[in-house]
Amino acid sequence: MRSYIIILTVILLAVVLNLPSQYRPFYRDLSLKLGLDLSGGVHLVYQADTSALPDSDRAAAVEATRTNIERRVNSLGVSEPIIQTSKVGSDYRLIVELAGITDINQAISLIGQTAQLEFRATQVATPSSAADFTSIGLTGRDLRLAQVQFNGGKIAGQPVVSLEFSSEGAKKFADITSKSIGQPLAIFLDDRLVTAPTVQSVISDGRAVISGNFTPDEAKKLVIQLNAGALPIPIHIIEQRNIGATLGVESIHKSLVAAAVGLVVIWLFMIVNYGLKGFLADLALVVYILIFLALIKLIPITLTLAGIAGFILSIGMAVDANILIFERMKEELRWGRPLKAAVELGFHRAWTSVRDSNASSLITAGLIFWFGTGSVRGFALTLAVGILVSLFTSITVTRTLLRLIYAR
Amino acid sequence: MHVNFIKYKWLYFGISLLVLIPGVFSLIKYGLRLSITYLLRFKQLDKDQNEKFKSALGKDVVEKRFESVGPVVGAEMAKKALLAVILASLAIILYIAWSFRQIPRPYSPWKFGISAVVALLHDALVVLGLFSLFGHFYQVEIDALFVTALLTVIGFSVHDTIVVFDRVRENLPKMYNKPFPEIVDFSLTETLVRSLNTSLTVILTLTALLLFGGETIRWFVVALLVGIVSGTYSSIFNAAPLLVLWESRKK
Repeated sequence: MRSYIIILTVILLAVVLNLPSQYRPFYRDLSLKLGLDLSGGVHLVYQADTSALPDSDRAAAVEATRTNIERRVNSLGVSEPIIQTSKVGSDYRLIVELAGITDINQAISLIGQTAQLEFRATQVATPSSAADFTSIGLTGRDLRLAQVQFNGGKIAGQPVVSLEFSSEGAKKFADITSKSIGQPLAIFLDDRLVTAPTVQSVISDGRAVISGNFTPDEAKKLVIQLNAGALPIPIHIIEQRNIGATLGVESIHKSLVAAAVGLVVIWLFMIVNYGLKGFLADLALVVYILIFLALIKLIPITLTLAGIAGFILSIGMAVDANILIFERMKEELRWGRPLKAAVELGFHRAWTSVRDSNASSLITAGLIFWFGTGSVRGFALTLAVGILVSLFTSITVTRTLLRLIYAR
Repeated sequence: MHVNFIKYKWLYFGISLLVLIPGVFSLIKYGLRLSITYLLRFKQLDKDQNEKFKSALGKDVVEKRFESVGPVVGAEMAKKALLAVILASLAIILYIAWSFRQIPRPYSPWKFGISAVVALLHDALVVLGLFSLFGHFYQVEIDALFVTALLTVIGFSVHDTIVVFDRVRENLPKMYNKPFPEIVDFSLTETLVRSLNTSLTVILTLTALLLFGGETIRWFVVALLVGIVSGTYSSIFNAAPLLVLWESRKK
């Protein structure tokens, strides 16, 4: 009785999760996440040249560059861009994935620009727009580093942003601050206003502090923006993959046909070889597909072409346990067991081979995940989910169905 | 009643060698055509050249796919893949040795694990060798998907071997007075149909993918297909005879 309840609950859940959102009793975005190779777009890997910076500043510089790229990409209106940093050996890489983008070259040239940080002063008493500020020759090149500090401000524990200028920058900064006490000094990143603190006193040692009612997060965000200009690092493309949107649609279409054909062939194969038992395994296979799709959406796993291939492959593998079990039942019958006992023994005695063979597949899926990146990981995850779900459907679901028929 | 498989073990090893030798020869002589070698030969077809090429073709051309992978990325991938295969092999030996720990002495669970992994490496080598030949004669290139296929094949190869070994494990105490080769022969006969059927379902779905799945993953599917056919062969004709050869030597 308990297994009926579990199975029915799982099936019901899977069906509900697979319904279009307007028919679902609750709302959550459960649309399939498509990888770049299906949605079309561009995948870029940049190598960051950090050789000019000391070791200690490199991670901050790369993070600043990443945030800067993110800001620029957002200005392009790309939906859900992926911008990641990775460290390979001593090299820093930036991985940028832009889905559904059409003008790839525009995006590339925008991303490739180094950030321009500039200090600007104003003559206007109450400046109201960016146009009220004019350049004063102090740029990101003069700024050595920005950092968050917790004890530099007037109130203990309140985060402030400290600026450290180069020796030349310190001279310029001293000159500027002496002329503009009480006035705002604006900082622009790529012609966009970042912040405009008011000059409190003349600073001649090249160490300034921006205080304000920052939360630690705000201070950190400001530091990252400042460092994008202070620690500009050249980046260059080492890998580029463009996938046209039409190819993606084509791929989805073809994969669906392949999946349908594969499924029908497996259905027939099981019925021809195992009769009624095979038909029950086919029903379990439908449950498998429902649960699998629900999980893909729920986790969510980004579906790539390789992932779809993995899914279709897993349809073939999902019935493996059934084959092992049914063959065992045939044997038990041949050895003279009564039908009911043969059904139970089939499950019981095939278990070690089912367990060991699936464990070895899970081990390799785990390793593919561990070593792969991006789409390869998606494939490994698809494979692992497939193996686990198929164990449930081919054993629990099939057994329950078989008992329903053979128990009486 | 059983088929006498083990008697012809040298024939099976011979067939394996016949398939392996050209592949390994090609691997040593030509290596693998990583998707980078293409770019190196053309001085890495860059963005500008790609643009020029497209404009030369005319405006109606819609770019479907443009890939450029630097040599660094390719070398890293190969290194990682090799490490993954080695680790997978070790993990599987450990798992099988653990799972078979209760077999009666003097049989060794380690020999089961290592025999399974030898068969697995055989399959990996068949796929690698064949793709080295494909690379040489048909310009087929190796990419991250290929590595994925290779690792999947490894998982599936053991899948099949375990079906046979599991039966040997079950029959060992039942047939304690029979010689080991006969036990293995008996086990192979009993499990032959399910070994073939489990492979067949995967081969059927892969064939559907090959015929209808489109261009982009064609070679990925071919690698999987070759590996799974090789995996089925090696489970029956390599792993089991190897185990017999090894376990019988000391007596």
